[in-house]
Amino acid sequence: MNHSGLPRKQGLYDPGNEHDACGVGFVVDIKGRKSHTIIEQGLEIVTNLTHRGAVGADPKGGDGAGILLQIPDRFLREECAALGIQLPPAGEYGVGVVFLPQKPENRQRCERILEDYVTAEKQIILGWRDVPTDNSTIGDSVKAVEPVVRQIFIGRGPNCPDQDAFERKLFVIRKQAENHIRDIPMDDPAAFCIPSLSSRTIVYKGMLMSTQVGEFYPELRDERMVSALALVHQRFSTNTFPSWDLAQPFRMIAHNGEINTLRGNINWMAARRHAMKSDILGEDLDKLWPLIAEGQSDSACFDNALELLVAGGYSLAHAMMLLIPEAWAGNPLMDEKRRAFYEYHAALMEPWDGPAAIAFTDGRQIGATLDRNGLRPARYLITEDGLVVMASEMGVLSVPEEKIIKKWRLQPGKMLLIDLEQGRIIDDAELKADLAERHPYQEWLDKTQIHLEKLAPEVAPMPPAEQTLLDRLQAFGYTQEDLRFFLQPMAASGQDPVGSMGNDAALAVLSQRSRLLYDYFKQAFAQVTNPAIDPIREELVMSLVTMIGPRPNLLGLDEGGKHMRLEALQPILTNADLEKIRHIEPRTHGAFRTATLSICYPVKEGVAGMERALERLCQAAEQAVLDGNNILILSDRDTDAAHVAIPALLATSAVHHHLIHKGLRTETGLVVETAEAREVHHFCVLAGYGAEAVNPYLALDAIAYLSQRFPEPISAEEAQKRYIKAVDKGILKVMSKMGISTYQSYCGAQIFNSLGLNQAFLDRYFAGTVSTTEGAGLAEIATETLQRHRRAFGDPLELRDSLDVGGELALRLRGETHAWTADTIAKLQHATRSGNWKTYQEYARLVNEQNERTFTLRGLMRFKFDRPPVPLEEVEPASEIVKRFATGAMSFGSISWEAHTTLAIAMNRIGGKSNTGEGGELPERFKPLANGDSMRSAIKQVASGRFGVTTEYLVNADDIQIKIAQGAKPGEGGQLPGHKVDRIIAKVRHSTPGVGLISPPPHHDIYSIEDLKQLIYDLKCVNPEARISVKLVSEVGVGTVAAGVAKAHADHVTIAGYDGGTGASPLTSIKHAGLPWEIGLAETHQTLVLNRLRGRICVQVDGGLRTGRDVVIGALLGADEFGFATAPLIVEGCIMMRKCHLNTCPVGVATQDPVLRKRFKGKPEYVVNYFFFVAEEVRQLMAQLGYRTFDEMIGQFDRLDMVDAIDHWKAKGLDFTRILTKPEAAPGVAIYNCETQPHEIDKALDNRLIAEAEPALRTGRPVKIETPVRNTDRAVGAMLSGEVAKRYGHEGLPDDTIHIKLKGTAGQSFGAWLARGVTLELDGEANDYVGKGLSGGRIIIYPPRETPILAEENIIVGNTVLYGAITGECYFRGIAGERFAVRNSGAIAVVEGVGDHGCEYMTGGIVVVLGETGRNFAAGMSGGIAYVLDERGDFERRCNLAMVELEPVLEEDLALEELEHQGGDLETHGWVKVGHDLTRYDEQRLHALIRTHLHYTDSQRARQILENWSDYRHKFVKVMPIDYRRALQQLQAEKEQAEMRLTA
Amino acid sequence: MGKPTGFLEIQRRDRGYAPVADRIRHFREFVIPLPENELAAQGARCMDCGIPYCHNGCPVNNLIPDWNDLVYRERWQEAIRELHRTNNFPEFTGRVCPAPCEAACTLNLEDEPVTIKTIECAIVDRAWEEGWIKPEIPKARTGKRVAIVGSGPAGLACAQQLARAGHRVVVFEKNDRIGGLLRYGIPDFKMEKHHIDRRMAQMRAEGVIFRPNTWIGVDVPARELLDRYDAVVLAGGAEKPRDLPVPGRELDGIHFAMDFLRQQNKRVAGDAIPPEEEILATGKRVVVIGGGDTGSDCIGTSIRQGAVSVVQLEILPKPPEKENKLLTWPYWPTKLRTSSSHEEGCERLFSVSTKAFEGKDGKVNKIHLVRVEWNQDEDGRWQMKEVPGSEFTLDADLVLLAMGFVHPVHEGLIQELGPELDPRGNVKADTQNYRTSIDKVFAAGDMRRGQSLVVWAIREGRQAARAVDEYLMGYSELPY
Repeated sequence: MNHSGLPRKQGLYDPGNEHDACGVGFVVDIKGRKSHTIIEQGLEIVTNLTHRGAVGADPKGGDGAGILLQIPDRFLREECAALGIQLPPAGEYGVGVVFLPQKPENRQRCERILEDYVTAEKQIILGWRDVPTDNSTIGDSVKAVEPVVRQIFIGRGPNCPDQDAFERKLFVIRKQAENHIRDIPMDDPAAFCIPSLSSRTIVYKGMLMSTQVGEFYPELRDERMVSALALVHQRFSTNTFPSWDLAQPFRMIAHNGEINTLRGNINWMAARRHAMKSDILGEDLDKLWPLIAEGQSDSACFDNALELLVAGGYSLAHAMMLLIPEAWAGNPLMDEKRRAFYEYHAALMEPWDGPAAIAFTDGRQIGATLDRNGLRPARYLITEDGLVVMASEMGVLSVPEEKIIKKWRLQPGKMLLIDLEQGRIIDDAELKADLAERHPYQEWLDKTQIHLEKLAPEVAPMPPAEQTLLDRLQAFGYTQEDLRFFLQPMAASGQDPVGSMGNDAALAVLSQRSRLLYDYFKQAFAQVTNPAIDPIREELVMSLVTMIGPRPNLLGLDEGGKHMRLEALQPILTNADLEKIRHIEPRTHGAFRTATLSICYPVKEGVAGMERALERLCQAAEQAVLDGNNILILSDRDTDAAHVAIPALLATSAVHHHLIHKGLRTETGLVVETAEAREVHHFCVLAGYGAEAVNPYLALDAIAYLSQRFPEPISAEEAQKRYIKAVDKGILKVMSKMGISTYQSYCGAQIFNSLGLNQAFLDRYFAGTVSTTEGAGLAEIATETLQRHRRAFGDPLELRDSLDVGGELALRLRGETHAWTADTIAKLQHATRSGNWKTYQEYARLVNEQNERTFTLRGLMRFKFDRPPVPLEEVEPASEIVKRFATGAMSFGSISWEAHTTLAIAMNRIGGKSNTGEGGELPERFKPLANGDSMRSAIKQVASGRFGVTTEYLVNADDIQIKIAQGAKPGEGGQLPGHKVDRIIAKVRHSTPGVGLISPPPHHDIYSIEDLKQLIYDLKCVNPEARISVKLVSEVGVGTVAAGVAKAHADHVTIAGYDGGTGASPLTSIKHAGLPWEIGLAETHQTLVLNRLRGRICVQVDGGLRTGRDVVIGALLGADEFGFATAPLIVEGCIMMRKCHLNTCPVGVATQDPVLRKRFKGKPEYVVNYFFFVAEEVRQLMAQLGYRTFDEMIGQFDRLDMVDAIDHWKAKGLDFTRILTKPEAAPGVAIYNCETQPHEIDKALDNRLIAEAEPALRTGRPVKIETPVRNTDRAVGAMLSGEVAKRYGHEGLPDDTIHIKLKGTAGQSFGAWLARGVTLELDGEANDYVGKGLSGGRIIIYPPRETPILAEENIIVGNTVLYGAITGECYFRGIAGERFAVRNSGAIAVVEGVGDHGCEYMTGGIVVVLGETGRNFAAGMSGGIAYVLDERGDFERRCNLAMVELEPVLEEDLALEELEHQGGDLETHGWVKVGHDLTRYDEQRLHALIRTHLHYTDSQRARQILENWSDYRHKFVKVMPIDYRRALQQLQAEKEQAEMRLTA
Repeated sequence: MGKPTGFLEIQRRDRGYAPVADRIRHFREFVIPLPENELAAQGARCMDCGIPYCHNGCPVNNLIPDWNDLVYRERWQEAIRELHRTNNFPEFTGRVCPAPCEAACTLNLEDEPVTIKTIECAIVDRAWEEGWIKPEIPKARTGKRVAIVGSGPAGLACAQQLARAGHRVVVFEKNDRIGGLLRYGIPDFKMEKHHIDRRMAQMRAEGVIFRPNTWIGVDVPARELLDRYDAVVLAGGAEKPRDLPVPGRELDGIHFAMDFLRQQNKRVAGDAIPPEEEILATGKRVVVIGGGDTGSDCIGTSIRQGAVSVVQLEILPKPPEKENKLLTWPYWPTKLRTSSSHEEGCERLFSVSTKAFEGKDGKVNKIHLVRVEWNQDEDGRWQMKEVPGSEFTLDADLVLLAMGFVHPVHEGLIQELGPELDPRGNVKADTQNYRTSIDKVFAAGDMRRGQSLVVWAIREGRQAARAVDEYLMGYSELPY
């Protein structure tokens, strides 16, 4: 039985893709004093987190909310007594909250099953109680599936000696009942579920909005209901399907975030089944399986794992540390014992990795922990009377300021624990020190740990002779491109290679060539619901350490020091490394025994033989493990003329899953010795399907051969070393795309979408992987494999002394087929230049035929002309259709000024839209040209780098597009090297010429769907007229994300195909990440329609659109609008050189070189011609299909069919049924965009501020406004700033024209895009994202005068403050959270302490930190300056020195007094002065900034420093980016020269 | 890939010619090769395009960027390997190909193309010199026998591929020497004939049997081949010249270009020409009718023979000096092309039509001409119109007709076998399986496609070889 609220799997919609993110919080009385107040406070917290949740199409249907309490003994006792149930003393009985089906017969059945298990486990059934509920306020959609809520009371049986044993028994009962009932098919709107069953805690939850919790369960308002703790949760799900069981809290946790590695974690848990033994659980352990049911949310799975660990004897804190460890490897600041603790436990369990703030409780202790990256916010406060309030944000509970004694936040990887029995807070350091001391972990490690790198060297086999090498390379499908584009550059440079202009080659399943199995797997990546990681700048959280070999018993608490463990620092083994493993037995005194299994089989067994060979292999693997081998090497070294290798990936996954199935997988390590793997992607897929380490012996042999032929020859060893380094970097990047930080959790996590493989094949060998299109199976894969083998060992003329050409990356006529060819490009260019419709038709025919010759999925689709056609002249005119067209996001910077403005002019002429791309737009383009043309891009993109995203930029947009991912490299950041940042680009991006710019992989203000909702709100505030768009990339589950985006109130969503994309990207990403748009678009439309959300959001499709046929297919599959990038670029002159990354574009399109730019020949007319041609082709098809208007055509899946007779041996298995399943829309539900989103910005505080600031806005007369503020007032100042920018541009108003004084706790995004002339002075505190995009305004925040806390020791602002700030100033009296001033372009800030990753990616501005910083300060910081007060002298260890240098602040000559006094008094001492000549005058600048800080905030810290300046000055460290200094010196020199010329 | 910025730094430099005054004194090749370092530099100009237009422009789809890069890196031996993958005879195309690849070169769009043809020629010349070119003898023979009729570039390419696939190949040639048009159509000053001999030697080692002086359909009945061979490939070229049926055509001194050129090549080869058959331009006023490559060859040959004057007539208008590249690239543009022979001294007349020949004593001495105009009709087709009153005459002692070829010679072989013909009179076969309407008979080269370039003939020969191999064996691993 499944969550009955979710629609069944249909089309591409799969309930398994649901994501959620949420608001979470708790309130607890440290001393354990129970009161009803705590419950009321809990309910208040959840109500104040409402904006973190969402509602869907039903305004009264929430995504779920709930509260977890201690068992209110008195209340229940009295209630039960009334029912005639006599409860034993507290602690001797358990309460189960049970959601039951609606139909009585079903209900009774469930109840009986549950009761049977209670009896079977020898516990006592005391009785049932109906829980009163009031569903009068909940939405109809929710009501339909509302369960009957009852409580069961169970007395402690005699077989439970104590309460802990009783708790374990209750757990065992619940698991059995759940597992039993889940398998019963039951026809009922409501699902069975046990939200809690415990003698300590009780959960009240439901498919509710946060405000409805107390209303739905009236007894929560009962005064007799008391608890010392209340854990609350508000869910934001990406769907709107009511599912009562997915509401939180769960039994032990409430989670905000996303477990990225879920699939792997579930598999590994299952794999442990037979290896797991527990003294405590004994035989009960066996009753718990399946421990983690399929189809649950990640949080529910996590809860299951946590329960097991706790039941198995771990303490709550210990279990949490095991599941979500801190980043311990390579952290010099971590205590040795704690590191040993983590390192020891690493072998027990792979981390559950992903952004997570998890609050947990067992009723005796309550706490919270944060993932290693600190990607979810968690703030807390402590009052003098012993109350702790923790929540995703501050201000959720009104607590008098004077009672608060501490305000702090959870830091990355840290834990907060309150022990109610001890009546105290146990802080992270104490609790972890205590656990780390309990056992001699280091000693255990010393006894058991074997490092591969430290084992005695072994002799590797010699590389073969040239001809043999050639044969082997051919047998494994190597092409010249593999050598030229991958092996050689990787071995020469140690870098993952880069390419340009996306991918237009045939899909593996549609290719006429023999393709490797890896090509059928596409990398999944994080978008919206979880963030990608920057593996370079945030290296400290990443780890490639791999454990090879058997895992210890997870529940063997006292077995420490008995299991030997083999570790390698990274998973790519040299040939010698592999020999070490092969011969490890004698070196480890028998602790390890390795068996090598050949994955080759006789060629004569042919295609059919592969299945049998796989079977034999799995049996052999199983037997080898049973025989006591604990490392298996799967090897294809036996390949020869008579033996062919099973594709290594297939062999690996088959063995991995077979061993999981047999419960043997954790008894053995799995190592792959293969000739096949060479690209980064290959290693990733192997790892994803279970390989703990890979030895790519043939790639290494080839490199040894090649290294002698390099232009600068290097030794074979050095070349191999560099290659492995490049692969490692690549793997890190692929892992981090999904937000996964450790190889250990990536291994087996199966983070891939299959493309073109059939489900039966996947189910058999790649269990858990989903097929969207069906396609090839084992026979086809075997055929391809044998084809390669025959070509290698046969004697084809072409391959006698040379490898196949390949042609996948650069077109070769006998190589892989491509969409863009010499002919399609020439025809398109000739047609649009001459305006010749006939030539266009030739072009379109070529492209469309090519598609049909199995190029793309849409090529295999056929129109059903089964309705009467309409006359062409009755079809909507082309001039209307072109308005649906937009050009793709290409930044000025990636393409030339000429190319960029030509597109803009053309799109403005036809009423379409062009896109700025990332990197801003010069304000002069906002004004129309004399001839009526306009160079203004209608779509303004907001990407993760936030370059040039000023308030003025935003108010000049028709659409604001949040780029979550881009087709060519979803989940990755970008980098514009310093030499490309010329004067104009620097100006647009508000940076310094010559200084490199980094775009981070994630948006640092979007780590989850709720964050996205916040950003949409912020942007909508700045420019209420603009549509807010979110750009996603097609992958499995994108439809669900899109539904979440719709619920987050985006007006527009773009689904980009994986194949699009211009500019430079790693080849690994270009070729292997994401899916074709056909799949993503269809899934999006299906999911939105099922969710009844389709009407309120406009869907755009983008990625490789070339002709009118493409447009019509897009429309039929559900798109309202269409993005084109490569085609219009070609019209402008691009000839697909694929050299964008080299700046040598010979046609002046993708270059900034002035010489090359002169070659640009494009004209807006050409682009206009193109779009009209496309529209005309669309019209002709519409006429044939019988549509007069475009809207009629949208989402009509049933007008498409699959081409019947596919004359292609591989593709014939494809089946588009899932893509072409037309979702049934309920009556009256729109299936194209025709409604608007409810934005709720009319309730924003700014509406009042704007009204009051009217005189200032109108005439510039200064105004002062005072107002209270609270956490629900979000983006304060943003809408007001939009008004300023609309009227006064980026220049804004004179300083302090609008002064707003606020009191209270401000909501998120306080002062976002604050314009110049506006000052926000906040007496109180603020949450995350303060000053995001700051565009000249001033923000001052200090704690209330009445607070007893010491400002400099408490938190004042949350995470990600000043993200993308352009200019302006901030003074924060107190400490800030993580990522302070991330990607700051030019703002000045003074703060009294910051968390991890301070000043990350900063490119300009000045930051003064008058206190401690967290780790990884200045990572990726290419510009700007920071001054850090380093009192303890350990700042250097916290600073990332990759791009910066540390310098003292030198005492300066008093002669410079002159400079200081220039500015006059402090009131007018603006930022201009301190920004003067950043190459010197540090002391003056620092001193002035601290004085200003004192002035604005009355900071004690500042006063103390200034009063003892001579002592403090030398404790300051100046953080100076190396490139920035060079660039500044150059600019300064140029300026001085210019001045000299003037005076001379 | 070459050097990323090579095209910005290095100017195009191509092979030069020996001075006119020197070169017209002999019949040898007069192209001056580039020095090795210069070749490497020219290779560096190649941009290794994402879409190599040259590779598409080249009929044999030479892997041009790949070997340009190898030449840049001075890895010549690998370069010849890559070159031979797509082209059996680069030394022929490196000399006589008009190089559509260079028209298609991306650099030609804005700039001057890479010297692709020169590099190609240098690679293969060097490879011969170094002794890197060896016969590629198949590991095993199939026992299948293939007859190839015609030893021009199509026949030779087809023969070589089939021999390497292990088949027993016999090449029949009606002339006394192997090579077809290469041997007797192209003057020695454009391509010396030892290049052909060297390839013949290689092919003999690979197992090809040559049968010159065997005129199938004349000396030997074609039926006989069908009986004795498993497959027959017709590669006899398109040798029927276009005639000019105007008054006076029967006069002496009016010859088809091929007759003139063949004789000179034989002379260079050391054969004696009977005086009564001699066609010589020595001391004559020569008029060449036809503006194509054969016309140019006639000019160069006439000048070397010591003609008093040479005039070339073209019926089409003079093409523009420069094409509009935005509308033509990467395709072969119509533009004024000046060959090395033109430089050697000749007058070119465009838009001129021949009305009649006039003679004395049965020997031609004058041509009557008229100027013509070309206009497009309603359907966009070009229509020619004589300009009234523009008639004029030219003195001429030798008139060479170089107006192209209409189709293969039908008499003999084709009449005997009777394969289906296409509307233009060529042997009908498609470019997938190259099969004619007669079982086990294939056709390739000009005989199938009509008159064309050497490089097209090589392509067809190679592709037909694959088709034959597939026909014989059921599958083929020869490249298509």
